[in-house]
Amino acid sequence: MKNFIQTVLAEADYQPVRLLQILRAVQSYYQYIPPEAIDYLAEGLKIPRSHIIAVAEFYSFFHLTPQGRYEILISDSITDRILGKDSLMDYLSTVLKVPVGQVRSDGLVSLNNTSCTGICDQGPAGLVNGYPLTRLDRPKADEIATLIDQEKPLAEWPAYLFAVADNIRKAGLLLEQPIANGAGLSAGFARGIQATLGEIDRSGLRGRGGAGFKTAMKWKFCAEEKSDKHYVVCNADEGEPGTFKDRVLLNSYADQVFEGMTLCGAIIGAEQGFLYLRGEYLYLKDKLQAILQLRRDTGLLGKNILNQGLNFDIEICLGAGAYICGEESALIESLEGKPGIPRNRPPYPVTQGYLNKPTVVNNVETFLAATAIVVNGGEWFAKVGTDKSAGSKILSISGDCALPGIYEYPFGTPISLILHDCGAEDVLGVQVGGPSGTFISNQELDRKLAFEDLATGGSFIVFNKSRSITGIVQNFMHFFAHESCGFCTPCRVGTSLLSNQLDKIVDGHGSAGDVVELEALCQLVKNHSHCGLGQTAANPILTTLQRYPDAYESRLKDISYEPGFDLDGALDVARRMAHRDDAAAHLTQVED
Amino acid sequence: MSKTINIDGQNIPFSEGQTIIEAATAAGVYIPHLCHKPGYTPHGSCKLCTVNVNGRNCSACTFPAAEGQTVINNSEELRHDRMRITQMLFVEGNHLCPSCEKSGNCQLQGVAYHLNMLDNHFPHFYPLREVDASHPDILIDHNRCIFCTLCVRASREKDGKSVFDISGRGIHKHLIINSPSGKLKDTNIDVNDCAAHVCPTGAILIKRTGYQVPIGQRIYDHHQISEVALNEEGGAGSLPAAALPPSLEVAGQGSLPAAALTPSLEGAGHGK
Amino acid sequence: MANKIRVATTSLAGCFGCHMSFLDLDERLLALAEVAEFDRSPITDIEHCGPCDIGLIEGGVCNSENVHVLREFRKNCKILVAVGACAINGGLPALRNPISLEDCLLEAYRDGIGVENAQIPSDPELPLLLDKVHPIHEVVKIDYFLPGCPPSADVFWAFLTALLEGRDPTLPYELVHYD
Ligand SMILES: Cc1cc2nc3c(=O)[nH]c(=O)nc-3n(C[C@H](O)[C@H](O)[C@H](O)COP(=O)(O)O)c2cc1C
Ligand code: SF4
Ligand code: SF4
Ligand code: SF4
Ligand code: FES
Repeated sequence: MKNFIQTVLAEADYQPVRLLQILRAVQSYYQYIPPEAIDYLAEGLKIPRSHIIAVAEFYSFFHLTPQGRYEILISDSITDRILGKDSLMDYLSTVLKVPVGQVRSDGLVSLNNTSCTGICDQGPAGLVNGYPLTRLDRPKADEIATLIDQEKPLAEWPAYLFAVADNIRKAGLLLEQPIANGAGLSAGFARGIQATLGEIDRSGLRGRGGAGFKTAMKWKFCAEEKSDKHYVVCNADEGEPGTFKDRVLLNSYADQVFEGMTLCGAIIGAEQGFLYLRGEYLYLKDKLQAILQLRRDTGLLGKNILNQGLNFDIEICLGAGAYICGEESALIESLEGKPGIPRNRPPYPVTQGYLNKPTVVNNVETFLAATAIVVNGGEWFAKVGTDKSAGSKILSISGDCALPGIYEYPFGTPISLILHDCGAEDVLGVQVGGPSGTFISNQELDRKLAFEDLATGGSFIVFNKSRSITGIVQNFMHFFAHESCGFCTPCRVGTSLLSNQLDKIVDGHGSAGDVVELEALCQLVKNHSHCGLGQTAANPILTTLQRYPDAYESRLKDISYEPGFDLDGALDVARRMAHRDDAAAHLTQVED
Repeated sequence: MSKTINIDGQNIPFSEGQTIIEAATAAGVYIPHLCHKPGYTPHGSCKLCTVNVNGRNCSACTFPAAEGQTVINNSEELRHDRMRITQMLFVEGNHLCPSCEKSGNCQLQGVAYHLNMLDNHFPHFYPLREVDASHPDILIDHNRCIFCTLCVRASREKDGKSVFDISGRGIHKHLIINSPSGKLKDTNIDVNDCAAHVCPTGAILIKRTGYQVPIGQRIYDHHQISEVALNEEGGAGSLPAAALPPSLEVAGQGSLPAAALTPSLEGAGHGK
Repeated sequence: MANKIRVATTSLAGCFGCHMSFLDLDERLLALAEVAEFDRSPITDIEHCGPCDIGLIEGGVCNSENVHVLREFRKNCKILVAVGACAINGGLPALRNPISLEDCLLEAYRDGIGVENAQIPSDPELPLLLDKVHPIHEVVKIDYFLPGCPPSADVFWAFLTALLEGRDPTLPYELVHYD
């Protein structure tokens, strides 16, 4: 083991900031992080072993106990459930002969749930040893079980199991006219760096990751910070359930994204950029590395870019299963090899980001748009969309619709048109912006896609009338409770309380007071949480409670108080051990 | 002229770089807190110190004071929300005060008293957590840890060691110990280290020191944490320990003539 | 006196310490007796609770009988009060909560040191244990909470006098204790 760890350490240049990459290597080799490995790593990196454990226990993809040699994770996103995930999971559990959440006794295979894998348009989806499995069904499950029993290496599994399609259904302003490699840089140099920033400013481009901060302003603030080093970070964590457009952009438009990062580097004076790629997109890594190499070979990256004296390079860093790492300051912590815990702000990343140096963090789509703007001019972009929301938005559409996939629309487009295009029928409502966004009902379909109306980082999940509102909300609340980083009290405890309280109501154990209590708890979590995760975690309940009070009230018992736990169930153990089943050995849930 | 912020109508001077809580403490204004301790890197996790700054909730222990801030600290709404947050801390762990050596001297309990918290409100998690009694002088009871990281920071920043870390995610957060066995006895902690004494709750205790102070003379028996904190954490408005006023006379013992007791219960209960 | 208020008290999974503390009211009990009378309580011999104004509950809920008694109180008392740490959060009996009931029973009746004639009691007369000890507000609605282990006599006095006089029974700092 010592030799293996030494190799991994050497590859990471013995840098503690690369701890995630190091642990990924160890995990994939041993299927867990063995205690001896922790000792070697602590020694080699000169950091406390408790720090390594803290990182390993923070990220879902690291384990301190062995997982199966084939580790299968199935996406538990609501979109996968719509596509039949639950029954598929039962089937997998049967054919693989392993209960969910466990490792088979021979150690060959383990099976578990994971948060949305970003393949919502071709689910039910999952991961085997980190690589995506798409459109899973029973025949595929049988085939996978056989391959595993034969202990076939993944490289010998049929490629179609892993096929991920782009599914670009509607290209607009950006996707229709991809920028030729180097065209953005040439245009930028020709115009001059300052003028290029001016052009981005003129375009009105706002961040595509959700918050919608003006991109030019962020770059300008960062450029103005005096520092020996600046950094550019591309946020490809894409963890919001129902979002998968960055996956497609990186698969088919990566050059344009990298070019946007390079332009940003030129503007803010950075020589180093990072692509923070969510762990679920591991399968894209080799391809992206090759693209980066080609860019270096063609003078578009590295030293003296296009002979203009610009030095800028990009490193790819993989996440390891943590939605919170999409939050920019948590992402930076993660890049530094730590648990992804959001920082206190101020200071903001533009002044103190990666290694406390001025850092720009932008979404994949933001960089993609920036390149196009530099080539086509700010006006070209600004004239599309609305006053407050310039340009177009790339959506990931999934759920109950005939044509899930990627759609690009000018801002200002009404939801009804989008629903028509994707073949949605009998619509109940749409979750715009993912669980942290807004659930709109079918009475609101004339609302518009725009920062000033319905903002979204790209997630657009359609539900038809066969779906249960509370079932959807339960799935979202479990997601937040699972993904809360646990730093601050209101979210750490509150998301679990919310999720339990909601389950109580949905399972038919709620009384009128419980809904009042649920809403009060929502406000508490929303108003006091440290970061965007906690501040938006109650949105699924709040937005549906407002629109569908009946969905909750119909579940309530017609009494004023209902015990907080299952009374008769709480007697199970005692009954069994006393071998009793007489009337006195039972309790009714509410008094008769 | 020195710069000021306004807290609950009172103008309070601050110097550049001070957080709101630092300015407030120096001026003798108490803002409830648990994870904050003067002289330690601010952390901002417990959220007890939430104040409203120009309409927005901020953590007073991390948010920089700045000219033009109107801060609400003392409102019924904030008291209520802070109490709920404290209740979350109680139900998340196992806080059975009657059996805790820290009782009477515990900051978590002290804050709860200050906020007039009478029950735990939320369903209890009753988590299964361990006690580490391996060290000859120091005991760790994980049931009472609130993840404030003061011990982590003390060990790193004051003791130059790294005995503690916080691990896990979400509700599964837990304190871990930096030794191959995971036990405290195998670390280089010393009973005189800051980290051994900094814990605001009964999660880290010094062995053989419990129950030495009789009930009635413990820190928060008669003095509110607001008084004690200002007194300890310094500032213009604070008093030396000896100057703390004697405890209030306990209301009761014949203070109400029996004749005054007229039954008037109509509508007092909230029914069933 | 016709319009005396009726008070009922009981101890569920508790130690009677709260009741003892109540008796510490000493001569104030006489003042109380002028205006109040007792229904079901360890200090009377009444077996079942009739309609009452105030019910004081000591102790948490650890078995099926506790549930029945608690329901009887809730049904009959206008105001139901959780008295003491055990009623409020399970208290010391809740120390068993992190351990499975199965392990508790096996230790007590089969595997423990000094157990003779090992068997789990199964007499239908005995109430069955719940898998966890619960605070009483998780089973019925509670109107007021009096913390303390036990709450001091002053707490009872402050609370009852306030209620009787129609004031909101808030407790001053000195009277809020969890131990
Ligand atoms: C919990 C949480 C998750 C987030 N996830 C992402 C994400 O996956 N991708 C992203 O670009 N931004 C995400 N954000 C927003 C980022 O914090 C940040 O605002 C964004 O990356 C800035 O880029 P932009 O200005 O280009 O939008 C997330 C924010 C929060 C609070
Ligand atoms: S709000 Fe949630 S995710 Fe954000 S810091 Fe707090 S615990 Fe972590
Ligand atoms: S740590 Fe404080 S709040 Fe917790 S049990 Fe001990 S005294 Fe009570
Ligand atoms: S042990 Fe004490 S000081 Fe350390 S994190 Fe827990 S509560 Fe804070
Ligand atoms: S004291 Fe400010 S968050 Fe804890």
